[in-house]
Amino acid sequence: MSLTPLETGLPPLEEASEVAELGSARAIEGRSPLWLALARLRTDRMAFLAAGAIILMALLAIFAPLISAATGHDPLNPNLLTGTNSFGQPLGPGQGGYILGTDNVGRDILVRIAYGARISLLVGVLSTVIASVAGTIIGVIAGYYGGWIDAVLARLMDTVLSFPYVLLAIVLASVYGPSLSLTIGVIAFFSWAAIGRIVRGQTLSLREKEYVEAARSLGAGNLRIMFVEILPNLVAPVIVLGTLLVPTAIVFEATLDYLGVGVGPPTPTWGNMLADAQGSGFQDWWFWIFPSLTLLITTLGFNLLGDSVRDALDPRTERIFAMRRKSGRGGADGADQEAEERLLGEAQPG
Amino acid sequence: MPDPRSAASSGVEAEPSPAPRPAAEPLLRVENVVKRFPISRGIIFKRQIGQVHAVEGVSLEVPRGETLGLVGETGCGKSTLARCITRLYPLTSGRVVLDGTDISTLSRRQLRRHRRQMQMIFQDPYGSLNPRRRVGSIIGDPLAIHHVADGAGRKRQVQELMEVVGLNPEHYNRFPSEFSGGQRQRIGVARALALRPSLIVCDEPVSALDVSVQAQIINLLEDLQGEFGLTYLFIAHDLAVVEHVSDRVAVMYLGKIVEMAAVRDLFSSPRHPYTVALLSASMIADPDRARSTHRVVLAGDVPSPINPPSGCLFHTRCPKAQPICSVEAPALTVQAGDLAGHVTACHFPVAPGEQMRGAEAEVRQAAADFAAAPLGEAVEGAG
Repeated sequence: MSLTPLETGLPPLEEASEVAELGSARAIEGRSPLWLALARLRTDRMAFLAAGAIILMALLAIFAPLISAATGHDPLNPNLLTGTNSFGQPLGPGQGGYILGTDNVGRDILVRIAYGARISLLVGVLSTVIASVAGTIIGVIAGYYGGWIDAVLARLMDTVLSFPYVLLAIVLASVYGPSLSLTIGVIAFFSWAAIGRIVRGQTLSLREKEYVEAARSLGAGNLRIMFVEILPNLVAPVIVLGTLLVPTAIVFEATLDYLGVGVGPPTPTWGNMLADAQGSGFQDWWFWIFPSLTLLITTLGFNLLGDSVRDALDPRTERIFAMRRKSGRGGADGADQEAEERLLGEAQPG
Repeated sequence: MPDPRSAASSGVEAEPSPAPRPAAEPLLRVENVVKRFPISRGIIFKRQIGQVHAVEGVSLEVPRGETLGLVGETGCGKSTLARCITRLYPLTSGRVVLDGTDISTLSRRQLRRHRRQMQMIFQDPYGSLNPRRRVGSIIGDPLAIHHVADGAGRKRQVQELMEVVGLNPEHYNRFPSEFSGGQRQRIGVARALALRPSLIVCDEPVSALDVSVQAQIINLLEDLQGEFGLTYLFIAHDLAVVEHVSDRVAVMYLGKIVEMAAVRDLFSSPRHPYTVALLSASMIADPDRARSTHRVVLAGDVPSPINPPSGCLFHTRCPKAQPICSVEAPALTVQAGDLAGHVTACHFPVAPGEQMRGAEAEVRQAAADFAAAPLGEAVEGAG
């Protein structure tokens, strides 16, 4: 190897000074990994469908009081006068202006489902956020420091994961009485370990990266390395896990409410609506089929969205996109396909 | 070559050296540095079953403004030594004196101040830049960590640095994945340069790059050395690169320095048998000269650093080994007839002009046997 013909100079420099001379103050914005993921997500039809279902539920939750006002049906007060027929039996869907029918005491099931959506989404999202933050912090600390700190925290996570959570929830509810904050707390407490364990594993490999060593050689402290160097690399897995944790939390909440140890009556939730529907059987099928359906649509929506988000955040799943492209579209829309290919080509591994 | 950066660097002047030192005091003095990694077994009851002798008593000095090249095979402890000097690893024993201060025993907090004087450029331009962070904030990291500048001031300084290393300052907000390998290494150089250090430890800064890009980065490093009065500890396994950049060269083998001399001296009259073999193994671009040069082939592999050989570490592969070599470790001293500053650790150094014979015949014989044996075919020219 000869090192003499080195007069090539530094082409980017001249370019740079030229640009500077032009006086263009416009900085060139890089495409962040999250931006690329979002762009990939936009090409995913399943994600659209799932997001649509979730947005529908969110709208239902947000406009619950409006629905209540529009129909004139209260979610809480029994309405034996107009909510039941002359024999005192609940009305079926479509009867007497009740779109989804009424329950045993004449309350509008649609209004109750809308109010139930508030609880389900609130509990699902809030407990997931709490669990994600706690799980990420504890997981990073365990993975980064290692040693006895890791040993203690890892065993703690194992313990939490192997705990009979329904039992504990029943005990807590009987001691403190069922409430919304307790439900969120219980769900968050039993969810953080799942995230913590994954984050810990990721951190174990991230802390050995050369850029962490580089930061250390610059004099960065442990906190800075954990939050500036390691945390940005954990955003993707935590987002995926969080999205997949929401439906689990919603089902968890419904379970607790079904058992009567969740938010508790009279607040309408999908869980206690299902508990009320117990024993109604095929006679009053609208009691249980509508809360079940909304529960199913919501959890399915979050699960499918989570899958799509994972595909979008992990460029290695390009294969999946390519397969979908080949089988699904059959090359009908070439321009779209080209755009997607260009997009995926820019994605880098890691 | 005229310096293309002189105009660009108007705002990035080298700081005057903080305290005038006596001329004799080198910027970096490494004394008897030893680094051993314990090997332990067992999950709960860990017990040490051995140790890797990564660096075994290395001493060297790098005067201000000079470049010391450090060469050796993969696994000889070059990178470990670099990480000991920058205190990424704690030392097992020995001292690292930077600009008159012993930094080997400083606490983390005390060390922070001294880190400003000493930066590192890493081998892998892909691994050493965080893929999730923008280039501007990566280069601005040292400024943020040491509270040198923030906000608009930091951005301005970072863009100046980008210009100094030949990057487009407009790419401030880009991500590392949007740059080529050579550009990424420029980012690494800019980061190392941000605090105006006096010493930069380059841990194989070009060995992961294309040959054409290697030249660009090496030129950049040389230009920056002139411009900012930098001192380099330059680690490489490419002898041509080391010959090009270094003022002095140290050759490492199994965690020890076996020979150290001025670059011209070492390449023209190597004394240690290992250095001779190493130099003879490097490629020569001139075919006429290459034909006339004798290549010394060493027998066997590098011994395990977990269980290093007794006496001279090289005696297991040395063609000149005598009984004393396996008993007594030779000291690193100036050999008879050498210039001052040319030190060699060998009982029987190679005399200038001496034709050293390695295991060429054995290797050739083994190759012939191998070619002849399996299928029984006659291989022409195997001998």
